[in-house]
Amino acid sequence: MTSFYLNEKSVSVDDDPSTPLLWVIRDSLGLTGTKFGCGMALCGACTVHLDGNAIRSCVAPLSRVAGKHVTTIEGLSQNLSHPLQRAWIEVDVPQCGYCQSGQIMSAAILLKENAKPTDKDIDEAMSGNICRCGTYSRIRRAIHRAAELSAERRSS
Amino acid sequence: MKDLNDLLNPLVESPSRSSSPILLSKSSPMPRREFLKTSAAIGSGLWIAAHVPGLAARSVSSAPANATVFAPNAFIRIAPDESVTVIVNHSEMGQGIYTSLPMLLNEELQADWSKIKVEAAPVDAAYNHTVFGLQMTGGSTTTPSEWERFRKMGAMARLMIIDAAAHRWGVSASECRVEKGVVIHTVSGRKASYGSLVEAASQLKPPGTIPLKDPKQFTLVGKPTRRLDTPSKINGTAQFGLDVRVPGMLFALVARPPVFGGKVSSFDTAEALKIPGVKAIEQIPSGVAVVADRFWSAKLGREKLKISWDDGANANLSTTQMLADFSKQSASPGTIAKKTGDPGAALAGAAKTITAEYDVPYLAHAMMEPLNCVVDLRSDGCEIWTGTQFETVDRANAAQAAGLPPEKVKINTTLLGGGFGRRANPASDFVVEAVHVAKIAKAPVKVVWTREDDLAGGWYRPMWHDRFAAGLDAAGNPIAWTHTIVGQSILTGTAFEPYGVKDGVDSASVEGAADLLYGIPNLQVDLHSPKIGVPVQWWRSVGHSHTGFSVESFFDEVAHAGGKDPYELRRKLLANQPRMSAVLQLVAERAGWGKPLPPGRGRGIATHFSFDSYVAQVVEASVEKDGTVRVHRVVCAVDCGRTVNPDIVKAQMEGGIIFGLTAALKTEITIENGRVQQKNFHDYQMLRMFEAPEIEVHIVPSELSPTGVGEPSVPPVAPALTNAIFAATGKRVRRLPIRATDLVAGSGAKS
Repeated sequence: MTSFYLNEKSVSVDDDPSTPLLWVIRDSLGLTGTKFGCGMALCGACTVHLDGNAIRSCVAPLSRVAGKHVTTIEGLSQNLSHPLQRAWIEVDVPQCGYCQSGQIMSAAILLKENAKPTDKDIDEAMSGNICRCGTYSRIRRAIHRAAELSAERRSS
Repeated sequence: MKDLNDLLNPLVESPSRSSSPILLSKSSPMPRREFLKTSAAIGSGLWIAAHVPGLAARSVSSAPANATVFAPNAFIRIAPDESVTVIVNHSEMGQGIYTSLPMLLNEELQADWSKIKVEAAPVDAAYNHTVFGLQMTGGSTTTPSEWERFRKMGAMARLMIIDAAAHRWGVSASECRVEKGVVIHTVSGRKASYGSLVEAASQLKPPGTIPLKDPKQFTLVGKPTRRLDTPSKINGTAQFGLDVRVPGMLFALVARPPVFGGKVSSFDTAEALKIPGVKAIEQIPSGVAVVADRFWSAKLGREKLKISWDDGANANLSTTQMLADFSKQSASPGTIAKKTGDPGAALAGAAKTITAEYDVPYLAHAMMEPLNCVVDLRSDGCEIWTGTQFETVDRANAAQAAGLPPEKVKINTTLLGGGFGRRANPASDFVVEAVHVAKIAKAPVKVVWTREDDLAGGWYRPMWHDRFAAGLDAAGNPIAWTHTIVGQSILTGTAFEPYGVKDGVDSASVEGAADLLYGIPNLQVDLHSPKIGVPVQWWRSVGHSHTGFSVESFFDEVAHAGGKDPYELRRKLLANQPRMSAVLQLVAERAGWGKPLPPGRGRGIATHFSFDSYVAQVVEASVEKDGTVRVHRVVCAVDCGRTVNPDIVKAQMEGGIIFGLTAALKTEITIENGRVQQKNFHDYQMLRMFEAPEIEVHIVPSELSPTGVGEPSVPPVAPALTNAIFAATGKRVRRLPIRATDLVAGSGAKS
């Protein structure tokens, strides 16, 4: 058995410790917001947070997260209240939507570490996430907008 | 002409199931202008077909049990709790139709927009495409197909609800109006919500005639409206095919032959069966299936499988060799697709002639969600969950594989994590295979393709070679244009062949070339369609994805050869094309055509007519010393008729531009020794955030019927880019993807 915290809840699974976290989250724990895109940490669709850092869950073995805190898109907010989710709605970012969980989870770490990212900061933080529908310009706009919304939240 | 459904026989439902008058006698691949005319002409009879009580009467999940639901047609259910469920018959793959079709319907229904929910339609003839006669999503035709029908469906419901209120109040319906889901008796001010009228409206007969609003009165259509599916796509609740879970479900991967058309000679399961969780390993028609309790077990199991393959006839296939063969073949004219004037004589008599050859590779669709399909196969029926663009065809093919009549096969269409054509597979490859896997799984099973499976799986955009010659008069104007195309036919061998292939010419091979809009008096377009064992398929913008590049690049060469400004020459030769002229002038103006640029930067322009829409683009680009291309800015103008949701139109233009740039700069599928060489996103690279340019989209206002939106922005971006590279560097790019080695200082690609 391996135990860890998933979206602040303690969970235990009997998957082999070498199983990638992605498949543990999806198949054993039934949270499907985290997506499979490549299995080689090339596309970012499977991005989750491990103790506050963005990781690619498709290449992270279960053993790596034992006792640690994992956050998925489902744990980002209860009610679409995260500034990134509000901004994503305002800008209407998603098309097919499949990559967006990963995009948002990557952007969340960027904003946590950099309250007012420049375009270059966004390029650096977000270039590991592929969007085949080509929503990049809207993702960029929405990250800037989320930074504004976060600033408003802090000052109010 | 026979109905398309007849041509799919025996793979389709029995005629008794296809009683709908929507199944046009003049079905499918018809010239697109005809399509629009026909689509308008049949409008008046549509509602009858859409009235399918048995289908519509399914319960609304949010409504209390046993509550009456008002379902006047197959597209709407209104519940006492005021919820309005719009049953959408086209698949949502990012193009926004789960928002734009409800907008059309609610323009007439006038329910409270916040109460609108969307549900995917089951498979039924009532949901067939109004022109293609199949339930399907593709060809940038959803809005044209549904433009009238969805408004009629909404209007029918509104008229019946108003009638119900008028009866209740003992007043004339003409004295009533509706506002945001409430019927109001104008004189007395009495009000009744739609939900309160559900039962009464259900007793009424549909109206005989359904007048529609004058578009001038539209309050929703034409207004930027936020997508209904965004919230579910940013909190993890959106259900794609890969997210489907049914009780007792197993997982499977399939080991497929490394060479197209290869077969299993023998296989050894001993090591694979040792993987915990692996339950069954058996041969199926497409390879060897590994069934397990979880995806990961199935994947580990497949890695341990030892299979000896018989590579078959394609064992020596090589795209390098094909490239040489195609070029050789293009030296002689093929089957004539279009001929006007006397191009031979005009070329011979021209003051100046130029020639050029262009190449584009096979391309994979590479949707972010790899292919997958869940099948629950029982002796008396088969239930399928998948993201598909091709419900009618998939049901027919799945039924044949299952040995069941089509009506025993139920398909649940999920959200699609991208489609781009791949999920409208003529052979239903990923669905049929999953049915075969279900036979050995003996339980519900989800077949998952890995990225490697997807990229090696075939059904590519064909590889193409284009050879041109042009003749210019003494003033530098083109007077002759010949274009020989070499590439596999997509439609041959499919149910669409009788429609799309005429006199040896596949219309999908020559679209965008044979229907050239430029006024050139002597023109010939001809085609060679070699038969090659690589499965090919429509890929976002289909034939236009190569003709857009080659035609618009060569046109640029012609302009430069004649000493003309590429924009001015286009404008001159589009004098009789007012809609294209307008988008061209708009894009030039917004892009600042002719104005100075920073050093090293070039501007390129291109136009392309596809899916009945007119698009022009200007790209600003520069090339670094090492040959790396930087795309700084893309300006796009589009005339797609009346827009339903302008923000979605903009999003589709933006997305198509990124899709087209990815093909221009990054991707190719190559084959050597019969084996696809690309494995994953490290060697089939997508454009990423740091490479994505600034994109501006300008929509030409129009009162004409809506035309295609999902695909038309793809074709012009590659040539606009390579024309910009020429402007910046003097180097002409004639093969995609663009290679840095062709552009480094001193390389010989100069025109």
